[in-house]
Amino acid sequence: MRNVPPWREPAPPGGTMGEPRTRGRFGEYGGRYAPESLVEACREVDEAFRDAWADPGFRGALARLLAVHAGRPTPLTPADRLSEALGVRLCLKREDLTHTGSHKINNVLGQALLATRMGRRRLIAETGAGQHGVATATAAALLGLEATVFMGERDIERQALNVFRMRMLGAEVVPVTAGSRTLKDATSEAMRHWVGATGDSHYCIGSVVGPDPYPWMVREFQRIIGDEARAQCAAELRTGVPDYVVACVGGGSNAAGTFAGFADTRALLVGVEAEGGAGASRGRLGVMHGCRSLFLQDDDGQITQAHSIAAGLDYPGVGPEHAHLRDLGRARYVTVSDEEAAAAAVRLARTEGIVPALESAHALAWVIRAAGDGELPAGSTVLMTLSGRGDKDVSTLKELL
Amino acid sequence: MTDLTLAAGAVERHLRARRDAGRGLLMPYVTGGITPGWTDYLRAFAAAGADAIEVGLPFSDPTLDGVTIQRASDTALARGASTRRILADLSGVPDLGVPLVASTYYNLVLHDGPEAFCAALRGAGVAGLIVPDLPVHEADELTDVAAASGIELVLLASPATPQPRLAEIAGRSRGFVYAVSVMGTTGERAALAASAAELTERIRRVSDRPVLLGFGISTPDQAREARRHADGVVVGAAVMRRVLDGAGPDDLRAFLAPLRQALDQECDRPR
Repeated sequence: MRNVPPWREPAPPGGTMGEPRTRGRFGEYGGRYAPESLVEACREVDEAFRDAWADPGFRGALARLLAVHAGRPTPLTPADRLSEALGVRLCLKREDLTHTGSHKINNVLGQALLATRMGRRRLIAETGAGQHGVATATAAALLGLEATVFMGERDIERQALNVFRMRMLGAEVVPVTAGSRTLKDATSEAMRHWVGATGDSHYCIGSVVGPDPYPWMVREFQRIIGDEARAQCAAELRTGVPDYVVACVGGGSNAAGTFAGFADTRALLVGVEAEGGAGASRGRLGVMHGCRSLFLQDDDGQITQAHSIAAGLDYPGVGPEHAHLRDLGRARYVTVSDEEAAAAAVRLARTEGIVPALESAHALAWVIRAAGDGELPAGSTVLMTLSGRGDKDVSTLKELL
Repeated sequence: MTDLTLAAGAVERHLRARRDAGRGLLMPYVTGGITPGWTDYLRAFAAAGADAIEVGLPFSDPTLDGVTIQRASDTALARGASTRRILADLSGVPDLGVPLVASTYYNLVLHDGPEAFCAALRGAGVAGLIVPDLPVHEADELTDVAAASGIELVLLASPATPQPRLAEIAGRSRGFVYAVSVMGTTGERAALAASAAELTERIRRVSDRPVLLGFGISTPDQAREARRHADGVVVGAAVMRRVLDGAGPDDLRAFLAPLRQALDQECDRPR
C-alpha cells in the first residue's frame, strides 16, 4: 500500500476539482481504459457533454427539471439536538429530500437529458442499493426513454422494495448472477451489455467511476450539492464556510459533488468509507471498469469483494478523483464499521426525526466518533451530506435492532 | 513493407511466413489453469495445426467477455489459478513450435508493474500479449516496456473504430492485429457478423500486418468465411464451452480438425 501523505492544512488550491487534465487524468488516476469497442462511444459522450455543459439552453433545461421534478434546492437542516449532544455545530445537506430519495437523481437527470440530446432512446444502468436504478427508471419514464438496469442477485434480495419501484416505473431489471452478485458484477455486466448497444443506448453510470468522461461528468452533475450547500452555509453559519465537510464514499459521487463546492475553501474534506469497502483507504493502484484508480485486490491482483451493510458502499474501488484528492492531501478518507453506521442511523432517527440511508449513516458515524474522541474540536462547524433516506434499509435495520 | 518485416518479432515473423505461404491462420484459446492438466490442451492445439495459441490469464472482472469465458475464468480462479502459477505451468511445457500469446486485463499487468509482468511472460516462453481493456491511447506505458522485453503487444480493432484511429492501431500493434468481428462480447454466434468483412477491409487499407478475426467464430463455415476476409481466426468460447463440458485434449483436437481443414480448403480456392 502506498504512503498516505499527512492531512495537511489546505491552502485554497486553485484548479482542484476543475476539469481533468488531458485524457481524463486526475493526477495519475482516471483515463479511458475501455475495450476498443467502447472507446468511440466514450468519445461521443465526452463531446456531447462538453457541448451541452457549455450550452445555457441545456443548463437551463436541467435546472428546471431539478427544480420542478427533483425538488431542488434541498434544504440545509441544522441538526440541533445532535449538535448539542456532540458539542459541534452539525448541518445536514438534505439529499434525502429529493424526489426518489437520494442524490442519485441529480446525475441521472443530467445524463438522461444528455442521452436525449444525443438521440439515444435507452438508458443502461447498474445499481447496488437500487437508488441509482430507481433514479434512472424515473428519469427514463419522465423523458420517454427505455431503461435497463443491471443488479446483482444478492442486491435484488436485499433491496426488494427498490426493485419493485424500478419495475413499476417501467424499467427492466436484469439480475446478475456472476461473481459475488453485487454492484461490481452488475457494473461489469452493464459495460458488457453496452458494448453491444452503443448505437441506441447511453450507459448512465451512477458514480464518479468508469472511463473518461464519466468521473468528471458525474461530478459536474453532482456539483449542485456542493454549490447549494456553499451558499446555504454562507447564510447559516457565522464562519460562512464549515470547518469540516463530510460525506460517505462508495464510488464517491455524493462526496465528489459536495467537495466540489468547497475545494477552493479552507474546509477540511472527509470521505467516509465502509470498513469492508474502503477503496480510498486500503485500495491499491489498478484498473477496473474503465478507469485507473484504487481498488481492493488480493495478492494475485484479483479484485476482492467488498462488504458493507450499505449496499451502495460495497464497491471495491473509489472514483479516480478521490484517489487524487487523497494523494494531494486535500481530502482525507476514513472508515466506519457496520455497527457504528447502524447505531448512527438510530441516533439520527431519535434526535432529529430523520431516518438516513445506511450509506449516509456512515458519514454520520464518523462525525459522532470524531466529536467523541476530540478529533472534531468542540464548537467546530460540520457540513454533512445526507445522501439518501433510509426507507430502503428498514428491513436490514429491523434484522439488526 | 520490408522495414516492418525486419522489425517484426517472433509472433509476427511466424504468422507472416505462414500467411505468405498461403496458409489460413488458426489461433485457439484456452483459459490458463482451467483444469489440472490444462497444458495438455496446448499440445493438442499444436497437433491440430494451430499457428499460434492464446492463453488467457483469468481476471475477476472481465468487461469484454461473454458468459462462457467468464465461467471459465471463474472456474480457473476457484481452482487457485493465478498469473504466477499459470506462467510456472507454461515454463514446463516443451517448445510447441508455435508462439504463445497471453491475454489478460490491464489490472493484472499493473499489479506487479509492466516491466516485471513482461519479464515474467518472457521467462515463461510467451511471446505476445493481448490486453482488451488497454486501447491504443492508453498503451504508451506498456508499449516500450513490452518491446524491450521481447513481448509483442497486440492491439484490438473494433467495427466502431474510426479510420484514422484504425491506422494508428494497425501501425502500433505488434504480432498481428486482432480484429473484433462484432460489437459485442466474446462468445459463440450463429453467423459471422457483416461488420467482420468491413472491418478487415478497412484494416487492409492501412496495413499489411496479419489480421486475425475473433469473437464469435465457432464453426468450419464461419472459419471459411472469415478466411475470405482475414488472414485467420481466433477461436475461444467454442473451445472453452467444450472444456467446461468436460472435453479432453483429444476431443479438442477433433473439434479443431474441421476448422483447420476449412481454413486450408479456403486457401486452395482461387482468391
